[in-house]
Amino acid sequence: MRKRKRKYFRRVTPGLVLLYIVMILLAVFMALPLIYLVVTAFKPLDELLLFPPRFFVKKPTLQNFSSLLGTLDSKVVPFTRYLFNSVVTTVCSVAGTVLVCSMGAYSAQKLHLRGMKAFSRIVVYALMYSAPASQIPIYLIVSKAGMLDNYLSLIIPKFAIPMYFFLYQQFVSQIPDELLDSAKLDGCGTFATFRRIVLPLTKSATSTIIVFSFIANWNDSFGPMIYITSQAKKTLPIVLRSIADGGIARMGAAAAATFLTTAPVILIYVFMQSRVLQTMEYSGIKG
Amino acid sequence: MNTPGATGRTGTVPGRVPKIRHGFFNTFRKDTAEGYLMAAPFVILFIVFVVVPVIWSLVLSLTSYNIIQPMKFIGLENFKELFTNDDLFIKAVKNTFSYAVVAGPLGFIASFLFAWIINQLKFRNSFALAFYAPSLTSGLAMSVVWLYLFSSDRYGLINDILIQLGFLSEPVQWTKDPKYIMKLIIFISLWTSMGTGFLTNLAGLNNIPKDMYEAGKIDGIRNKFQELWYITLPSVKPQLLFNSIMAMVGALGVFDITVGIAGFPSPDYAAHTMVGHMYDYAFLRFELGYASAISFLLFVLNFGLGRILMKIFSSKDE
Repeated sequence: MRKRKRKYFRRVTPGLVLLYIVMILLAVFMALPLIYLVVTAFKPLDELLLFPPRFFVKKPTLQNFSSLLGTLDSKVVPFTRYLFNSVVTTVCSVAGTVLVCSMGAYSAQKLHLRGMKAFSRIVVYALMYSAPASQIPIYLIVSKAGMLDNYLSLIIPKFAIPMYFFLYQQFVSQIPDELLDSAKLDGCGTFATFRRIVLPLTKSATSTIIVFSFIANWNDSFGPMIYITSQAKKTLPIVLRSIADGGIARMGAAAAATFLTTAPVILIYVFMQSRVLQTMEYSGIKG
Repeated sequence: MNTPGATGRTGTVPGRVPKIRHGFFNTFRKDTAEGYLMAAPFVILFIVFVVVPVIWSLVLSLTSYNIIQPMKFIGLENFKELFTNDDLFIKAVKNTFSYAVVAGPLGFIASFLFAWIINQLKFRNSFALAFYAPSLTSGLAMSVVWLYLFSSDRYGLINDILIQLGFLSEPVQWTKDPKYIMKLIIFISLWTSMGTGFLTNLAGLNNIPKDMYEAGKIDGIRNKFQELWYITLPSVKPQLLFNSIMAMVGALGVFDITVGIAGFPSPDYAAHTMVGHMYDYAFLRFELGYASAISFLLFVLNFGLGRILMKIFSSKDE
């Protein structure tokens, strides 16, 4: 990728310097609330109650984290349990959606199945359907299926996501038919072709969808709010709210909890960023 | 190799292997069966969790249903009630629109503009991370920070700074005064608007072949803005279409962040949105018929606007 350095702003002009300065200031501005979150999470109580308030922390402490784990321990459900719930439901949803959507997109684009072209057009229209609007019938379906107050209610409905199907489709359609045909001539069946050709060639789409799906599921508060009734099965976003409702005295713990919740998402993204950004870049197969 | 769906089309493509007629039962071989098996999970789940809910919510919207009592068909009563008798719904529609017309287009434009600039800078990935990071957070989780920053008591940093700089003489109740709530929510949601659309744009922009710009120079393109207008924008049209739909759907579906900032219900219903109204009737009062009518209106709205966006950003004729 190094060779592909953009060259438009090659010469250093005052305008260019100004542009960089503005962009850096904007970047800092964008990051400020996150930085504030981090510093608040490490503030001791007396600094939280300081007047006038101060942005940065003077004597960082882990007190908030220990109080978060400690105070919640005294209740019935420990914080780690919520963490576990979030991890399990998110990992299952992500794995399922990647598999279901990639297989669906491949069969719609390349297997010449009767009706699948029309079907994939319907899916594109479904992009316009906002998820919250369909929550009522989904709730009824989930409850009829006996999945209420069960991890499954946070997992199964998250598999067939039109957007991921659509993204996969964009990628799969770029795989030349000749490649798939020659795989077939070499004796690969439908599943083997999918596993050996389609999946590797859509790897960057997969990374992108992993990131998107992880964010969506990890941060989802709507699902656990309506499907999950027992406290022990709730996920992190719900818990954050209840900690934050404790007022200023709990601010440190709330910030610590938010920090713990947000950090994995950011880490996963940083880890995947170059692949996400290169997603559409392996243009070798573009007809 | 010739499967039923391809019949008729493959024959016209030059250079293809000549077609041998197999007959339906011969072509309906293992391949096809496997193909349908492969498609099945998505098709079934999509029908169960997307198609059926749309139809079901239309049916429900014509009924009075509260789970306990049997469903009763009441025709268009729910819609009539919504528009003639439910002031709160009208308020929710107004709030949703006042949010959507600002946050939707602004987010859409900003995510293209910044992707376009960042794509040409050094340290592209670092900039991208800084701009995208806010979208990685959940609105509800970060509301902890926002509430603290915009707090109206003496711990609020924003009020403190504005007072010290002389912009304010006394603290503003950002999250409690109906005058400011919606503005604050729009501001905060712009902060998270460099989301999926931003990434899609970055990738799309990076994928424009270099020679297109060089060819453009030969064809007489003088400056950056001509380049943007004649080369860049047409090249990312598919991405723009996708992003505009996402921005529209997201803006009309606003709810999460309003709960985080203003609570539910919000002071004087200043942040009451359509999805909020639906949520209230569906999951707090269990009047599912009435709530479904709201869902269905939302669906029609999304779909209608989506069609318009598809017309605007269509690249089919190219």
